[in-house]
Amino acid sequence: MQLIGYAHKFGDNVNTDYIISGKYKFATIDMNELVVHLMEDLRPNFYYEIKKGDFIVAGENFGCGSSREQAPLVIKQAGIGAVLAKSFARIFFRNAINIGLPAIEVSTDSIEEGDSLKVDLEKGIVENITKNQVLKIHPLSPEMLEILKLGGLVNFYKKYGSLEFKKFN
Amino acid sequence: MRKAKTISEKIFSDHLGRDVEAGELVIIDVDFMMGQDGTSPLAIKTFEEVGASSVFDSKKIAMVIDHNAPSPSEKVSALHKLMRNFKDQNKIYFYDIGDGICHQLMPEQGHALPGQIVIGADSHTCTYGAINCFSTGVGSTDLAIAMASGKLWFKVPETVKIVLNGDLPFGVYSKDVILFIIKELTANGATYKAVEFEGEVIDNLSVQARFTISNMAVEMGAKVGLMKADDKVLEWLKNRTSDEFKTYESDYGAQYEKIYNFDLSDLEPQVSKPHTVDNVSSIKDVEGIPIQQGLLGTCTNGRLEDLKIAAKILKGKKVNSDVRLIVAPASRSTLLEAIDEGVIQTLIKAGATIVAPGCGPCVGTHNGVPADGENVISTANRNFKGRMGNNKAFIYLASPATVAASCIEGKITDPRKYL
Ligand code: SF4
Repeated sequence: MQLIGYAHKFGDNVNTDYIISGKYKFATIDMNELVVHLMEDLRPNFYYEIKKGDFIVAGENFGCGSSREQAPLVIKQAGIGAVLAKSFARIFFRNAINIGLPAIEVSTDSIEEGDSLKVDLEKGIVENITKNQVLKIHPLSPEMLEILKLGGLVNFYKKYGSLEFKKFN
Repeated sequence: MRKAKTISEKIFSDHLGRDVEAGELVIIDVDFMMGQDGTSPLAIKTFEEVGASSVFDSKKIAMVIDHNAPSPSEKVSALHKLMRNFKDQNKIYFYDIGDGICHQLMPEQGHALPGQIVIGADSHTCTYGAINCFSTGVGSTDLAIAMASGKLWFKVPETVKIVLNGDLPFGVYSKDVILFIIKELTANGATYKAVEFEGEVIDNLSVQARFTISNMAVEMGAKVGLMKADDKVLEWLKNRTSDEFKTYESDYGAQYEKIYNFDLSDLEPQVSKPHTVDNVSSIKDVEGIPIQQGLLGTCTNGRLEDLKIAAKILKGKKVNSDVRLIVAPASRSTLLEAIDEGVIQTLIKAGATIVAPGCGPCVGTHNGVPADGENVISTANRNFKGRMGNNKAFIYLASPATVAASCIEGKITDPRKYL
C-alpha cells in the first residue's frame, strides 16, 4: 500500500472530542453531516484545507478519549489517507484499522506542515519528499495490513467468513 | 516449568486453552458484549453491512440507552428507535432510559464476572477490572463483528503493576487516589497496557470505591484496570449471578513492564484542572477558584456511596445561590436505594437538581451544558475542552466530597472542614 499527500501537523493528545465534538456525533451516524466539523475546535475550517490523500501528522497519544468510531470514520470521510503519530490511544488505533484508515506509528518530529510525504506500508517507511528524509515506521502485523488492504474489518470478515487470520497466511 | 503469568495472560490462556504471553495477537470468544446509544447505532448498521442475519447469542449481548436519556432531539430519538427495533428482533438484554449507565449496569446486573473477557463499545469499559474481569473498550465495528461471530481479535497486553500502600487519610477517597496516579503516570502512561492495582489501599476500599479507580485506568491509556477478587468482591457478587466463574491472581515472578510503588498515607484531596485529566493539583493549589456548576454522578462517581458522602456534607446546608448542582445517579437501583436512605431528599432540600439515572451532562449533549467562561466542578472522568458541550467552559474533576463542599461555598473547597 502506497500513499502520497501533504502533511497537516497537530500536537500531542489530540482527543476524539477534538476530532469530532460530542455535540454533533451523537445525533447522527451520517458521516457526510459530521465531516465538515473535523478538528474544528483546534483548527476552524480544517475540512476545507484538505486535499484527497493528505495526512494528519501528530505527536503522542493521538485519538485518546472516547471509543466512538465516528472519530476515525470522519477522518477517512474527509479524504485523509492516513494518520501518522508518535503514538496512538489504543481504541482509536483499533478503530482506525477496523475501518481501513492506516494509523502509522512513526517519529513525526521532523515533519512540518505542508511537507510532501510518501508512505509505503509494506516496506514500512515514510519518505519525506520535501525534506529528502526517510523515516522507519513501527511495522503493522500481516493481519492488520490485510485488514487495511481490504478497506477494513467488515470486508475482511466478508471475504474470509470469520476472523481467522491463518487462512491467508 | 510453566512461566509465571500476569492476570491478563492467565485469563487469555484459559480462554484459548493454551499458554499465551503478552504481545501475541489472538482471536478470543468474548463472554459478554455491550453497546450504548452513542456506539450501538453504528454497530447495528455495520452488523447489517456484514450480512449477518441474527446475533450469535442473544444472552451475551446488552445494549444501554444512557448517553442521551431521555432523548433530547428527534434525531437522537430515531437512533434510539433503531436500537429498540434491533432489540425486538434479536432478543438481547436491553436497558432503556432511566435504567442507568452502562458501566454501572454491566457488573450490577451480573453481566460482567471475574475471569471473563467482556467488551463494551465505550472507552470506560475498563471499569469492571475492579471485580477481576478482563473488560475493555472497543469500537462499533468490533461490536458488530463480535455480535455476529462471538469473537474478536486482541493483543494480549503487557502489564503495569501499581502497588498502593499506606492508610488513606480522612477525607481522601478513591477518586483522589486515581487522580494522583494519573498525574504521576500521565495521560499516556499505560497506553495499550493492562494495569494491575494492588496493595493495602485497594484492600481497604469498598468495591464501589474500587470501580472509581478502574474506571479511570483508560485516562492513562490502559486497556483494563484489574484488581483481584477478594472476599469483598465475592460478597458484592452474591445475588447478582448464579453463573459459575473463576478468579485470577498474578503469579509470583510474572513479567511486568513496570512496577510503581506509592505510599498514600499523606495524600491530600486532588483536583484535575482544565483541559487534560493528568493536569492534577492538590486541593490547596486550587482552593478559591469560583464555580458555577457542580456535577455529582457518572460512571466514575455516581454510586450510592458517592451520593451519600455528598449528602452528608450538604445535610442542612444550601447549595450556593451562584451554583447549579446537578445529580445523576448511576442506575435506577442506585436511585431507589438513595431514596430509601433519605439521600435524595437531603440533596433536593439542599438545592440540587436530580436528573434521570444515566450519563447526565457528562458528555455534553443535554442536561446541563455550561455557558461560555463558566467553571464546572465534576465527579466525572474527563475534562477535555468541549467535553460538556461548550468548548469555552472549564471543567475541574474531583471527588464527590470536594464537589459537594465546593457547591456550598461557590468556589473550589477542601471538603475536610465539612466532614
Ligand atoms: S457517565 Fe460519562 S464517562 Fe461514563 S459512560 Fe457516560 S458519558 Fe461516558
